[in-house]
Amino acid sequence: MADLHDANPAHDSGSVYDGLLDPGAVDGHWAFGTSFEDPLAGVDTTVPSGVDAGDLAAYCLMLGDDALVHSHRLTEWCSNAPDLEEDIALANIALDLLGQSRLLLARAAAADASVVPALPEGSPAPPEDALAFFRDEPAFRNVRAVEAPNGDFAVTVTRLFLLSCWRLALLEGLARSRDQVLAAIAAKGVKEVTYHRDYSARWLVTLAQGTDESRRRAEAALLTVWPTVAELFATHDVERRMADAGVGVDPATVRDQVAAVVDHVLATAGLERPEVRGMSGVRGRTGRDGLHTEALGHLLAEMQSVARAHPMGVW
Amino acid sequence: MPTTSATTREELAREVAERVPDPELPMLTLADLGVLREVHVDVADGEHRVTVWITPTYSGCPAMATMRDDLVHGLQQAGFAEVEVRVRLQPAWTSDWVSERGRRALAEHGLSAPGPAPRREGPVPLTLLPVRRAVTCPVCGSADAELTSEFGPTPCTALYRCQACLEPFEHMKEI
Repeated sequence: MADLHDANPAHDSGSVYDGLLDPGAVDGHWAFGTSFEDPLAGVDTTVPSGVDAGDLAAYCLMLGDDALVHSHRLTEWCSNAPDLEEDIALANIALDLLGQSRLLLARAAAADASVVPALPEGSPAPPEDALAFFRDEPAFRNVRAVEAPNGDFAVTVTRLFLLSCWRLALLEGLARSRDQVLAAIAAKGVKEVTYHRDYSARWLVTLAQGTDESRRRAEAALLTVWPTVAELFATHDVERRMADAGVGVDPATVRDQVAAVVDHVLATAGLERPEVRGMSGVRGRTGRDGLHTEALGHLLAEMQSVARAHPMGVW
Repeated sequence: MPTTSATTREELAREVAERVPDPELPMLTLADLGVLREVHVDVADGEHRVTVWITPTYSGCPAMATMRDDLVHGLQQAGFAEVEVRVRLQPAWTSDWVSERGRRALAEHGLSAPGPAPRREGPVPLTLLPVRRAVTCPVCGSADAELTSEFGPTPCTALYRCQACLEPFEHMKEI
């Protein structure tokens, strides 16, 4: 019988690393994710009545891809940030977004399994990892704002600020979704994106009110990021249908709420709201339709290549 | 079975599950952290099946897999062949769920315990000023501590430095 004082098996065998050699997992772990097979294990993922499962899956992919791609961009700062504290801060924020993305992609797969790319038989990749690593660029539904290269720290902070204002407003609305899974993911996400927004807003004010050089960079960053903002509030058909069904939030409806926060921070920072045109789509198609900038292809190549080369990878 | 006072299989399962430590803050058990939500035992075909519900602290908590494995192994070693760990997403985890014993254990190990989590109705307010907390240095007890970073080595901690004894320490954030 086990000693009840210590139920952690790692302690019995002497090394904290022994836990990595999971004796229960005879086939090893999927090499590119954690071994927690299903982040929604035991969660009721029944699609609410009257809701189209394909639409719900597409909608979850949109929100999940926003978080996934933005998370990947932020992790590019690892070991490159201006100082250790910002390095850790950006990695923490990226981790939150990655977690939200994992839940959202898993929710998409649970709503409609047909969105998950087919993998070789016996591949250990869970559905959310198949979605992250094995979809081609046109199947990604993220807004184009999240895929743009990081630029300097000012561009990254400015983008994080504008995206966090928008995402927080969406998640606050989604916490009341008729889909209980989406509502739970959103309620959790609100807590996290709240401090993403605070962090980036503080930095934007600090840069704008700092030295001549930091102010020059903050002004330039705003001009760089602003053209990607209009797309955030353009309603896709899927978003409209999900909003009508009481499941999603029509992004056009949070425009004023987001603008109030953005204007407040810009005023505090002493920055002008830029008068620049939004980035155009191609024949009306934008990120939500799977139409992306060249930057996403490069990002996906880096993010996906190892997993794609080893779809059966275990360790 | 040395120290258990459990009289039923359900009590035993709960006792075992409650003693599983958190992988990242091992001075805390999953129960003290508030991650362990419910333990249930039912009998099917003469076998005791344990179902455990856990709630992640943060969406991206990388320790969920290890928590699950540690719970399964702990319960299997206590004689439960069939163990299922389920995720409960709602209500979302809050630092208010850290138990009194957990708060003492944090302090004993040099971590500052969280204050009350913010509660709000309506839109989330923007906070442009640095977060202010009444934090006490877990080493010397001084209330004069300076925030180094809102982000620490794990998602749930912020970094402080005591102005009196100069010792750096982690503070578990209020969410």
